[in-house]
Amino acid sequence: MSKPLPQPNVVTRHFWSSCKDGRFEFQHCESCGHNQFPPRLSCTACHGADLGWRPSSGRGTVYSFTAVHRAPLESFKADVPYVIAIVALEEGVRAMMNLRGVDPEAVSIGMPVELFFEPTGGDYPLPQARPR
Amino acid sequence: MASKAVITGVADTAVGKVEGSTSLGLQAEAAAAAVADAGLSLGDIDGVLCAYSFTEPHLMLSSVVSEFLGIMPSYSIAVQAGGATACAQVMQAAALIEAGICRHVLAVCGDNRLTGMSRDKAVAALSEVGHAQFERPYGIGIPAAYALVARRYMHDYGVTPEHLAGVAVATRKHAMRNPKAQMRELITLEDVARSKPIATPLRLLDCCLISDGGAAVVISAADAARDTRKRGIDILGAGQMNTHEHIIASPSLTDFGCKQSSAQAFGRAGVKPADIDVAEIYDSFTITLLAELESIGFFARGEAGPAILAGALDLDGPLPCNTHGGLLSYAHSGAAGGMFHVVEAVRQLRGEATGRQVAAPELAFVHGDGGILSAHCSLVLGRN
Repeated sequence: MSKPLPQPNVVTRHFWSSCKDGRFEFQHCESCGHNQFPPRLSCTACHGADLGWRPSSGRGTVYSFTAVHRAPLESFKADVPYVIAIVALEEGVRAMMNLRGVDPEAVSIGMPVELFFEPTGGDYPLPQARPR
Repeated sequence: MASKAVITGVADTAVGKVEGSTSLGLQAEAAAAAVADAGLSLGDIDGVLCAYSFTEPHLMLSSVVSEFLGIMPSYSIAVQAGGATACAQVMQAAALIEAGICRHVLAVCGDNRLTGMSRDKAVAALSEVGHAQFERPYGIGIPAAYALVARRYMHDYGVTPEHLAGVAVATRKHAMRNPKAQMRELITLEDVARSKPIATPLRLLDCCLISDGGAAVVISAADAARDTRKRGIDILGAGQMNTHEHIIASPSLTDFGCKQSSAQAFGRAGVKPADIDVAEIYDSFTITLLAELESIGFFARGEAGPAILAGALDLDGPLPCNTHGGLLSYAHSGAAGGMFHVVEAVRQLRGEATGRQVAAPELAFVHGDGGILSAHCSLVLGRN
């Protein structure tokens, strides 16, 4: 069984298409100014529907992380230990990513990271993070 | 005719590895035993609240269970709130009774997750609660999601791996007094520290069990409870809070809805955390219990860990907690895992917890959380 891959839908298609172009875009509420991720149909702060897209600088810090030693699916078993981080992007949104290119023992909360796009077996690359 | 709701019957089946068990069979066995414990017959049940099953999933599980039991309830529905399900079933049952809709409600859960599916399949099935597009492609599972909470909580409040290990050791100590518990061998802080890493900082002994087992509770109208076998246990207060589902959407990694759900339950009961004599609180992971104890207000932030190492949760401590052995050492079989906490609270209040009885408790607190600390339901129960 292969790894789960993103299946874009009407709410997320713009996000995944931007990833193909090398941009991580989050939603910005034109009414109240709230930034949000993952994408939704309305603003989670004011519930307005006037949402636009903004690109992230790609810079952020590690908000929390874990090194996974027991993979939940067969398709991840070859990767252990792999790091899952919640990355806080400069623009105030958080996203889950794998932290690549770093010894799991060397990761700490607050560590500066940058985004990059990792090819997958599917149509869209995955946003991932590495130390900067 | 509306009436106050009381718990009149409780039961759980054998737990752990129950060879030959089925989800439906465990539910039926627990249901019949809880109804018998109340001194009622299945025909008295006019409301059925079921949960969900991994091994025998069905779109209408509540109808399936009622059909299997041979009853025709006038109210029947399934509840799905992960680990908050059992408490939510009790809260819902109380609301149905207080609204005058039902007289005797059966809340039942059960699943054979240990013998009915492989450990790999159970772990994989649970990982499906991750966000399909923004979590699952990264290899998230339930332990990893709780590990993200643990890491941030430890960072913000000075919690150490030893504090987490203390939760596992204290819970095991309780399970050792309970002949029914799945895990009864003594463990030490060193054993936890040496157990294999699952998702750092969580190790195997920081994680709950995978078990077979069923549990059921009968909730009755107080005026209808006069004919029941045992003194009813009052549902003094209940509360819920739901803040998110996926960990990436959680408003915080250190502050959770248990704060509001418990505040509602305490407020409705007119009591405060310090009044509680025995607590049965969801412990899917060691961090779950530690974070909930502090968020609910039983301990100040950062103080539960040292207090637990000093014996705070022991039978003779200031807050005996998870006296049956919890999800960490008694059993965890899906929604029934949370129902074991309810059943134990009632047994403690009735004075039936042989070998592990807290001295004359009058007030019990029960809490369940589902998802990744997403859905919370709290109950305050009392001996009338």
